[in-house]
Amino acid sequence: MNSNQLFYGALGLAGAGAMGAGMVAAGGPGLAFGFCAYLTLGGAAVCIWEQSIVRSAFSLMGTFLGVAGLFVLLGSDFLAMAQILIYVGGILALLLFGVMLSPPDNNERSLARVGGTTVMIGAGVAFIVAQISGGVAGWLVADQLPEPNSQARAIGLAFLDPKQYVVAFELAAYLLTVALVAAVYIARRRRADFEPESEAQGGQS
Amino acid sequence: MLALMQNGGGALAQTPNEGTNFLHELLLWLPLPEWIPGWALILGAVGAGVGILVGLVSLIALWSVWMERKVSGHMQCRNGPMYAGGWHGWAQTIADGIKLFQKEDMIPIGADRALFVLSPAIVLASIFGALAALPLSYDWYFARMDLGIFTILAIGSTTTIGVIMAGWASNSKWSLYGAMREAAQVVAYEIPLGIALMVPLITLGTFSLLDASALQSGFFGMGWAIFQNPLCLPAFIIFWIAALAETKRAPFDLPEAESELVAGFLTEFSGIRWSFFFMEEYAAMFLMSAVGAVFFFGGFESPATYALRSAGMEGTIVFSLVCFVTLVLKAFTGVFLMMWLRWTLPRVRIDQVMTMGYKYLTPLALICVLGAAIWEAILHVVLN
Repeated sequence: MNSNQLFYGALGLAGAGAMGAGMVAAGGPGLAFGFCAYLTLGGAAVCIWEQSIVRSAFSLMGTFLGVAGLFVLLGSDFLAMAQILIYVGGILALLLFGVMLSPPDNNERSLARVGGTTVMIGAGVAFIVAQISGGVAGWLVADQLPEPNSQARAIGLAFLDPKQYVVAFELAAYLLTVALVAAVYIARRRRADFEPESEAQGGQS
Repeated sequence: MLALMQNGGGALAQTPNEGTNFLHELLLWLPLPEWIPGWALILGAVGAGVGILVGLVSLIALWSVWMERKVSGHMQCRNGPMYAGGWHGWAQTIADGIKLFQKEDMIPIGADRALFVLSPAIVLASIFGALAALPLSYDWYFARMDLGIFTILAIGSTTTIGVIMAGWASNSKWSLYGAMREAAQVVAYEIPLGIALMVPLITLGTFSLLDASALQSGFFGMGWAIFQNPLCLPAFIIFWIAALAETKRAPFDLPEAESELVAGFLTEFSGIRWSFFFMEEYAAMFLMSAVGAVFFFGGFESPATYALRSAGMEGTIVFSLVCFVTLVLKAFTGVFLMMWLRWTLPRVRIDQVMTMGYKYLTPLALICVLGAAIWEAILHVVLN
């Protein structure tokens, strides 16, 4: 068994542990929380310790979706959807665009750390399982989810209310526009870039 | 919208949990014995919902593939499929589907196995998630969402990741080029798509597809957004171009581009995995057309809906069915328009795609939003 298999095996065990612990502690909502938390942390762990850099980038999708799931569990649908739209649809696509040209079999990352990770994940799972099985002493467990209540209207009204966040909202929009224009200006080709060097020299002689 | 803001929602401020979805009603209606535990009912309802979605996507794909072949045939002065099943080759897609199921499942040796297997799943999951947010009638929906269109756009945007994954995991240069084009194209066209949709959103003042449809019921069922605000027509044209690019349809089918890249990101896929990508494509075409129909062309509203409503039949199954048929007809008109454009226009070059997205569509969409906001302000503030 190589260290890669060990790593993914430990990750799978951690997932089973997280969901099982959530189920034992709080039933259905606990299971959902365990799954989302595992998706978030598992995606991050793969992102840090996976050898292939493109797989690392893809594993971030799990993290982003997990965070969106946690937002849903907390009853905030707008944040969850904004998280998916911006991070998965936008930022992750851009990030993948950057790393996509790397070959599939690169060993850019050292395998030595994998053993340590495995031990860390295993110890964490063992700790949680021990906590749960030893009576959930002192743990605050929410045994039901908050009422699903859309906050979009409240957020929209708060953004446009002169007594609340309208200035911050407009400033953020202004800043983004400035950043966009600045990015175009920096990335733009100058006229000098279009003229081939030989031609310029030919003109001098 | 301004009026909505001032009176805090007024008549339209419905709580999101008002009303239940039809699966819940079905569970209440079925004579279920007492001893079935609650979690089994929930699991059963979830399973039924997933089953409905899978059936819906399959039916849309079956019908659209046949329609595409017939439409393309007639556009090119030929007949298209004529033999399978008898009448105008209606069983051609079913026969093709059975053939695809039986094909050998091939994964190239150099491919990244895990990602190769995962990519069709992500693509299909994203379209199931997005379709789940689409109401099919006033009382046929999975959830009454205040953020319906936002949810559809957000979950639908994860398709891109699946396509990039497919392209990279294939370990083939054609696939990789296809995936790169997909990434660049989708990031470029998500912006004008979202901004163009802001125009009907400003006009109607809601993100919810059900409320948006209900707000267009005036003028004998013809008070559609496109007639309420003059900026909706240019916004719809921008939305439509961006929707073509988002669904990878010709003239924006650069990720596939069969004459340049073999089949782009699909080159290494075969059998049922390959057909999953096409199920997604046709379902996404239907979804985009349905979104366009709801936000620009009245959604469930038509003179037929108006007639039934004035006859006092609102809430009956006939009314729901008429609403459903209205939306499906409007959506498939959009799908037909997409096919018509595909067989009419030549494919554009990648630099032309980028130029059009960033230099023309985005600024034009922003101007449309500004114009729509000014129009609404004049209509509601100055004239009131």
